Amino acid sequence: MDQPLIQFIVIPLVKIVVILAVLLLIVAYLTFAERKILAYMQVRLGPNRVGPKGWLQPIADAFKLLVKEDLVPAKAEKFVFMLAPGLIIIPALLVWSVIPFAPDTTLFGLLKQPIPPYLTDINIGLLFLLGVSGVGVYGVILGGWSSNNKFSLMGGLRSAAQMVSYEVPMGFAVVSVILMAGSLSLVRIVQAQQEAHLWFFVPGILALAIYFCCGVAETNRNPFDLPEAESELVAGFHTEYSGMKFALFFLAEYANMLVIGSVVALLFFGGWLRPFPSWGWLGFLDIIPPFFWFAGKVAVVIFIYMWFRGTFPRYRFDQLMHIGWKWLLPLSLANVVIVALGVLLLKG
Amino acid sequence: MTNYIPIVIFTLVAVSFPIITLLIAKVIRAGSPDPVKAEPYECGVAAETTAFDTRFSIRYYLIAVLFVVFDVETIFLFPWAVMFDRLALFGFIEMMVFLAILLAGYVYAWRRGALEWA
Repeated sequence: MDQPLIQFIVIPLVKIVVILAVLLLIVAYLTFAERKILAYMQVRLGPNRVGPKGWLQPIADAFKLLVKEDLVPAKAEKFVFMLAPGLIIIPALLVWSVIPFAPDTTLFGLLKQPIPPYLTDINIGLLFLLGVSGVGVYGVILGGWSSNNKFSLMGGLRSAAQMVSYEVPMGFAVVSVILMAGSLSLVRIVQAQQEAHLWFFVPGILALAIYFCCGVAETNRNPFDLPEAESELVAGFHTEYSGMKFALFFLAEYANMLVIGSVVALLFFGGWLRPFPSWGWLGFLDIIPPFFWFAGKVAVVIFIYMWFRGTFPRYRFDQLMHIGWKWLLPLSLANVVIVALGVLLLKG
Repeated sequence: MTNYIPIVIFTLVAVSFPIITLLIAKVIRAGSPDPVKAEPYECGVAAETTAFDTRFSIRYYLIAVLFVVFDVETIFLFPWAVMFDRLALFGFIEMMVFLAILLAGYVYAWRRGALEWA
């Protein structure tokens, strides 16, 4: 085979397959982790029947969803009803093309030249990520509307309103990180934290708080899980979905949680860097490969997600809108001004 | 631009993912269709109207309009933030003027009750 074919088609394809396989496996076990963690928080045992200590539960769940009957309401808008799960899962997968998990690696000396383990690094990485994940809202609102079910319609509208409301402060929170790093490339942002000898959560603590709040709201999770408020809306926008179509919504939700966790790790906690990258006496920590630092940071964020679900009651919808528009938006705007002023004074 | 080639490939793979999984499910899933199953879920009571007949709050529309205004404005902040090193004080002052205009609009929307939800 000639060189460009290998470089532009084969290597990316191999990476895509590995990324997707690992992602889907992690997502499957994330559901298991969530059920177990919630169970222990509520002094229950959680799933423990399928396989040793319940470890085969996610596989059984996946198989069950695959063979379940697929119900389509008779009065639904059939084409849009089928399109909606696709519209939500495609962006949830696509954002993984720009998320860098680790720096260039030789895979423990297997390769002659170091290659980047992530798919690609584009100079508008962060913009691409925000833009693509913003498309997910179409799946939610179209799914809710096309079901022709009152619960779905309410859930879809609420969810769409919530997602667009929290996207604004999220964008502002991200701007303050771009100000510090001077780039939209996610790799460059991590390198900037290495060069500054400082993880950006220290100067960007407010941005981190705002970003994480918005991230929880964007993924429709507790305490902002209004769209799926079981006690009032049954299952929100995906009430009428069953079988594999429901599974796609489910996959997308967990994949998006992982995206939020990854972005928090990359923007605020130095991505794949070990703690205090400039302190030589901590060099023994380098024994842990960079990827595992990244994965560990993401795991902590995901645990906090589950902790939220185990502890916080749900907000009312008017409270949710109040927080988004009257608190987070002005706060994030003020944060941009403060960070800009700080960068101006420090960098001259 | 070669950095974007993998993204194009990933897009194709991501689009084919739901199609393939739904096709697999179509082949192996169970199915015993029944007109009762195809009715909208509504707590067991026969539905008088469909969701397409129901009206919903105009607030949702208002939120969407506000979102467009503020989100377009974040897009303006992105290139400014990237070039902030070079724009320095001039860029800072210019952006403050821009944000002040936006803030005026925000205060107006707040005073007119666009952000209230009741």
